Amino acid sequence: MTDVAISVRDVVRDYRRPRTSLTKPGSVVHALRGVSFDVARGQRFGIVGESGCGKSTLLRIIAGLDQPTSGSVQVGGVEISRLPERRLRFLRAQLQLVFQDPMGSLDPRMRVRDIIAEPLVAQGHRDNIGRVHELLDAVGLQPEAADRFPHQFSGGQRQRISIARALAPDPRILVADEPVSALDVSVRAQVLNLLDELVQRLSLTLVFVSHDLSVVRHVCDTVAVMSRGEIVEMGPIGDVYDTPAHPYSRQLVAAAPRLQAALAGRTAAVLAAETLAARALSSNASSRNAVSRNAADSDSKPTPPTPEQTTPPPKDAP
Amino acid sequence: MTAAPEHTAYPVGGMPPTRTPADTPPPADVARVRDLAVTVGHKPLLIDVDLTVRRGERVGLIGESGSGKSLTALAIMGLLPEDLAPTGSVVVTGQGPGGIARMTSVLEAGEHGLAAMRGRDVAMVFQEPMTALNPTMRVGAQVAEVMTIHRTVADRGAAARRAVELLDKVGLPDAAEAARAYPHQLSGGQRQRVVVAMALANDPALLICDEPTTALDVTVQALVLDLIVRGVEARDAGLLFITHDLAVVASVCERVLVMYGGRVVEAGPVLDVFTRPRHRYTRGLIGASDLDLSRPEGGLYTIQGSVPAAGRFPAGCVFRNRCTHATVECEAVPPWVGSGPEEGFACAHPVVHHEGGGS
Repeated sequence: MTDVAISVRDVVRDYRRPRTSLTKPGSVVHALRGVSFDVARGQRFGIVGESGCGKSTLLRIIAGLDQPTSGSVQVGGVEISRLPERRLRFLRAQLQLVFQDPMGSLDPRMRVRDIIAEPLVAQGHRDNIGRVHELLDAVGLQPEAADRFPHQFSGGQRQRISIARALAPDPRILVADEPVSALDVSVRAQVLNLLDELVQRLSLTLVFVSHDLSVVRHVCDTVAVMSRGEIVEMGPIGDVYDTPAHPYSRQLVAAAPRLQAALAGRTAAVLAAETLAARALSSNASSRNAVSRNAADSDSKPTPPTPEQTTPPPKDAP
Repeated sequence: MTAAPEHTAYPVGGMPPTRTPADTPPPADVARVRDLAVTVGHKPLLIDVDLTVRRGERVGLIGESGSGKSLTALAIMGLLPEDLAPTGSVVVTGQGPGGIARMTSVLEAGEHGLAAMRGRDVAMVFQEPMTALNPTMRVGAQVAEVMTIHRTVADRGAAARRAVELLDKVGLPDAAEAARAYPHQLSGGQRQRVVVAMALANDPALLICDEPTTALDVTVQALVLDLIVRGVEARDAGLLFITHDLAVVASVCERVLVMYGGRVVEAGPVLDVFTRPRHRYTRGLIGASDLDLSRPEGGLYTIQGSVPAAGRFPAGCVFRNRCTHATVECEAVPPWVGSGPEEGFACAHPVVHHEGGGS
């Protein structure tokens, strides 16, 4: 038994755009251009990037919902990238997903009880009401919730239902795709705390995708920053967040408004100036020199070339 | 174009023109909302909302979804659905030719008067640029249309030229070419830039932005925020900025109003409200937003429960069913404590800050 939960090697995914001309085939979009990484058992692995960087495609491939054009993906030591759907049943028991939009991912015509029990039924279990109540309790909902429909719940509660459903088959790996982006701040904190607690209590491996570096920082221990279908920087979250080495990660950190910094005078103008400065650097650097910051790597930690990026220039409060 | 505004009239019941030292004209209220209440059936959606935006001032309106932020903005624009019955007063003051104040009582005005006001005295930037733009019209024509409708330019040719100029100002690369593009040919950030250009085309006295950057990537957000701030600063316009992101509000605004359950629960300068919140809801919101902060026992600070559906908020203090400090006292509506509608809070058990104690 290896202690690698997910192993991704040189995964490439090309899509063909719908054709726009009768004579020529549609152009090719390179959604993923050779992505490789390992997620160890019990690791909390974050993937950060902006829309269109390929993070959702990557997630779909890991979950066996899509197949890579080339490359290999192993989950629990089993190669899944070439398996037909009917042989992925083991994967559904091991790896479960939580999606961004809790309304879109719950069937409005099913009762919560049936929604949560569905993965169990698919695995061949019957008479699951005891397990459903156990799961509802685990995500902080009352047992009465089982008889209601998704629309009777608020966004945060619906996301709790999605999490309960994901946990139903007792998976080892939980994959969350922007699970808190659609939620209000007060509820976001609740759901993040819940995920945190569940991952710890059930010793799950977590893959957490978000566009928000500060959310990932709170939940994960390791992060991969993606840009244009590639991982441009990977390493312990604290290092990447505090001293981003790749120009693109620096741009992400520079652009994110933070409350305390804003109160200290980091106005929108400062924010924009820092973003543009980081972007100028980013376009100079070639996107190929990905930065790995794993502690295991023998080469010394790359020092960021410009030390001035993270300290905002002191300015009068607005 | 935007010389120092010389206001010759003041809103009805507004502040007397007390001259401040030097020759700076007293700040004029571009939007003045008093006792605004909106109900649908028996359900109150907004209660006693007081809000003032002056020229050159950037005001944030924060709260979670369902707090009534967007409804307040729609009331100022005169865009409330017909079955809603607003009471109170909403006065928008634009600047007519010669610097004469042009006032519109939004709740009483007819559709004709409102149409004259929208896009000229007040403009709005919505969250989703794709739905705000007409997909069948070139973006240059859409920007030009705002000006031809309000006759703020001489003719169509001038409007088209000015549209290209505006698109260039908001940072679209190759503005002349971009003006001929349809919305679907632009990226999300570029579309939002077009919407900002449209909103600023007639130099409005008030710009309302409703979650303008929520749908954008974080690097694009930084640039669009800067664009909005520079746009209103150049025109000395007022800005009403609605968002649930406290960090964004702190980056953009000077003053902030916190809404919950259709009421303004706290107001004041951004720095004061965010560093020394008094209302328990504001305190909770700040705690839950700050991902760098965690409780001693681990985990983020949260507000228990979730925002009730519209009209299902408790009587008395709207926050009391989620508040850890609620007592019987909170069954009555807590009075507003503070120097005026722009600075104060409505909480029976406010957070007490000790001397020098930050958060």
